Amino acid sequence: MDNLSVDHLTGINNLTKADIELILKTAETFKQVINRPIKKVPSLRDITIANLFFENSTRTRLSFELAEKRLSADVVNFSAANSSVKKGETLIDTTNNILSMKVDMVVMRHPNPGAAKFLSERVNARVINAGDGTHEHPTQALLDAFSIREQLGTLEGKKVVIVGDITHSRVALSNIYCLQKMGAEVMVCGPTTLIPKYIAELGVKVEHNLRKALEWCDVANMLRIQLERQDIKYFPSLREYSMLFGLDKKLLDSLDKRIIIMHPGPINRGVEITSDVADSDQSIILQQVENGVAVRMACIYLLASKIER
Amino acid sequence: MEKQIILNNRHIELTLKRLCYQLIESHNDFSNSIIIGLQPRGIHVVTRIKKELEAILNREIVCGNLDITFYRDDFRRRERPLIPSVTNIDFDIEGKNIILVDDVLYTGRTIRAGLDALLAFGRPSKVELLAFIDRRFNRDLPIQADYIGFKVDTLSQERVSVEWRDIEGEDKVMLFTPENNG
Repeated sequence: MDNLSVDHLTGINNLTKADIELILKTAETFKQVINRPIKKVPSLRDITIANLFFENSTRTRLSFELAEKRLSADVVNFSAANSSVKKGETLIDTTNNILSMKVDMVVMRHPNPGAAKFLSERVNARVINAGDGTHEHPTQALLDAFSIREQLGTLEGKKVVIVGDITHSRVALSNIYCLQKMGAEVMVCGPTTLIPKYIAELGVKVEHNLRKALEWCDVANMLRIQLERQDIKYFPSLREYSMLFGLDKKLLDSLDKRIIIMHPGPINRGVEITSDVADSDQSIILQQVENGVAVRMACIYLLASKIER
Repeated sequence: MEKQIILNNRHIELTLKRLCYQLIESHNDFSNSIIIGLQPRGIHVVTRIKKELEAILNREIVCGNLDITFYRDDFRRRERPLIPSVTNIDFDIEGKNIILVDDVLYTGRTIRAGLDALLAFGRPSKVELLAFIDRRFNRDLPIQADYIGFKVDTLSQERVSVEWRDIEGEDKVMLFTPENNG
């Protein structure tokens, strides 16, 4: 297996295990590249990539932009806040206008689930989903898998708990697909109101007690409470959420084993994890950010190699 | 394909020894010199040369592996993506004398990419090229080796393959010629 089975990266759900293996293996080499004195390779110097962000993003947009620039691609950035979208232009029209400028690849974040797939079926460019509403965030799941594998050597048989707002999290869904395809066991943990009713059908365990979840796992991925996506109140107060599902150093140290703490960012310090946990040596939050660039380089590189000349 | 052995085990041993003494002539005790093998096949030449040189000089020779995948000029010109190998350069090359090593020098495009890849690690004082086999009439770029194990005259439709006892079980260099080659 030395080629991706897909032409677009719209979600983890339509990747095979071999695809994920190929991306992670390629990312290992890119991690070497970004740690060299000259962190740039010339592979994509004839490729132009448009970053279309219809939703706010700091880390993902920067990470993609850095990955594209490290591969020597030309980059155009577009954010909905200061664009013609505000004037009523449709997604297809916006994208086709950008593609008329001879763009080869589109990295898109959009508030609507399925937006990346919709786009990939209608425009003549490779599409990478940088998050589509509450659906998927494939590159985050890939970088999480890469980071776990870097720490533990393998994902096969490892136990990962995803804690927090599972209902509104595209990170959770992509992580579940990715980890399961790579042979890991997944548990979700959070208040009943923030765990989708039928999630167990995906083959994940469900737990509402944080301590029990932590005692079970090798890795805990602590998600942010996505207040911006919550149209109603799902729990009485942030303080109560934090007391029941927030991870502090006391709880972490009371476990009889050493687990790895992850967070896709941005962190609400004191809500889902306390500062001393986020900054502890068990936390790999900053490694995740570094790995994000390498993994995105791998995704872009492998998809770009399928663009016809 | 018609197969012909052009160098056997004994020839390869002698050639490696000669290359080592030529390297010593230029690099003395290797105190400021580093040998870097190009992935994927040049690294096997380096393994043998390192062993030989260390036996002669009785000191450790610093060696590395360099992958050139991201510097190639045929990206998107192939059916399948170019999958990278490992680069192993955990030392400073600034101001050093570098000997780039590959098994077969053919069009020169790999070496061009190798030079670009190498310079991402710093600015060496000097770079030389060692090619175990030189297919001397097939060059696309103005690149020549400083140290040559064996020169072969080949047509572009022919193929030269170098095998090593540690990898393939036997030291030999083979020339493959298409059957219908008039």
